[in-house]
Amino acid sequence: MADLSELYQQTIVEHNRSPRNFKTLEYPTHHADGNNPLCGDQISLQLTVDGGVIKEVGFQGSGCAISRASASLMTSAVMGKSPADAERLFKAFHDMVAGGDAAPADPATLGKLAAFAGVKQFPARVKCANLAWHTLHAALQADQTPISTE
Amino acid sequence: MSTTTTWDVARVRRDFPILATQAHGKPLVYLDNGATSQKPQSVIDAVSHYYESGNANVHRGVYALSESATAAYEGTRAKIARFLSAREDREIIYVRGTTEAINLVASSFGRLKVKAGDEILVSAMEHHSNIVPWQILAEQTGAALQVIPMNERGELKLDEYQKLLTPKARIVAVAHISNSLGTINPIKEMVKLAHAKGVPVLVDGAQGAPHVVVDVQDLDCDFYTVSGHKMFGPTGVGVLYGKAVHLEAMPPYQGGGDMIRSVTFAKTTYAPIPAKFEAGTPDIGGVVGLGAAVDYLGALDRNAAAAYEQDLLEYATKQLGTVPGLRIVGTAAHKASVISFVLDGIHAHDVGTIVDQAGVAIRTGHHCTQPVMEFFEVPATARASFAFYNTRAEVDILVEALKGVRKVFG
Repeated sequence: MADLSELYQQTIVEHNRSPRNFKTLEYPTHHADGNNPLCGDQISLQLTVDGGVIKEVGFQGSGCAISRASASLMTSAVMGKSPADAERLFKAFHDMVAGGDAAPADPATLGKLAAFAGVKQFPARVKCANLAWHTLHAALQADQTPISTE
Repeated sequence: MSTTTTWDVARVRRDFPILATQAHGKPLVYLDNGATSQKPQSVIDAVSHYYESGNANVHRGVYALSESATAAYEGTRAKIARFLSAREDREIIYVRGTTEAINLVASSFGRLKVKAGDEILVSAMEHHSNIVPWQILAEQTGAALQVIPMNERGELKLDEYQKLLTPKARIVAVAHISNSLGTINPIKEMVKLAHAKGVPVLVDGAQGAPHVVVDVQDLDCDFYTVSGHKMFGPTGVGVLYGKAVHLEAMPPYQGGGDMIRSVTFAKTTYAPIPAKFEAGTPDIGGVVGLGAAVDYLGALDRNAAAAYEQDLLEYATKQLGTVPGLRIVGTAAHKASVISFVLDGIHAHDVGTIVDQAGVAIRTGHHCTQPVMEFFEVPATARASFAFYNTRAEVDILVEALKGVRKVFG
């Protein structure tokens, strides 16, 4: 049986309460909007990419604890990384929460993002965890159409 | 006032096998009847019995099995006509559900009556299925959508409504009961006001038929739509009631078999109603199941059921009020047993996941009413919607589970 404490881990609860990088950037080079029409989660993501490195990330929006904490932890995780490394992290994160057959990523790769491992036992919430990452992907692809998890 | 003496809920619950099942090792507390209701054994049996021994296509064969399938299919039409107090059986059109019923009217009645510069009235509390088909029609014709506003309790403003009933208004489309707020709209009065200006009215009865006795002649509405699965019948089948005078004038919605009188490559003539609107092989098994649902409801004391639901609504409203930080969204004077709520600082989706662990099934999200969420400035709500088989004890389980939500967030 799925256990609530595996879903709402301390890190997630804490980032939901005090999200990092919850702000608007002054001079973003990339941005994208994401929404999860099923539950109404919305995120607006901005990035400043300079010299092949994500220098700054900010997000705004509203959503459930999982989507909000995921956005907060995502912004912290990709800061200072190259877009290609951020995309690799997205793949590792996605494999973890979607619970595919792929071998689990090295815990060291995921760091604090490993707090979302419990999401895979709650299939209805996978989209909440992935929303910020899909939006990041859209922003990096410079695809400026709003993305949707549906 | 307690009505439990006149409503034997324990006996009614035994009619619904799923109510004895478990979720996450706890007894299932099913409070998502607004999304879909559960099915009594008689409906389940009718559908399996049909496929075991009654299955044939309708209106086609001359053999015994086809004739009995046709009799069951058309017999159910007569039952539904009586259930809704329609004047004639041919005013009952089988569709997939309320969504298809509204699309049918928007498309067909729209083509007949709506042109550039005209106005279509919908209310501020409509389900997306009673907004989007009209928007599509407005885009195609150059007509405009006008919105009947509501107050902060979730009641329509009838004075504003009357101002919108101008010579440009072609149709009013309004919910009988709001799926996200529970408001019971004053349909009879709204129809009277519209008819005084010569404007026909479509009533979205998806939430109406399960909760109140519907008399379309008394309401005097021009169209009334029903989803079978929300009134204890199977998914995939529903009903459009329309006054014969409208249905006869309206062009077909879909073309195909069963809806024609004769076909040549030069010219096709259409069958009379209701067949004109029932192209292709219908959901015969679904119709048979819907017939069993109508029989089931017909054997109940519906006034006692309604009084019982009102008692549950009052009890749940009071008990939910004891949950710290809980706010009910939708506080109309006349409500069905539907309660939307938000918990201060906690998203509805998290609420839904957490109470699910206690076996409680509630809906969370925007309930296909995004404009309602925007009006009340909430991203989403949690919604408990009760049927006559729910109990006060289930309300208590919900309330206890909600009190536990805040513990998860420390």
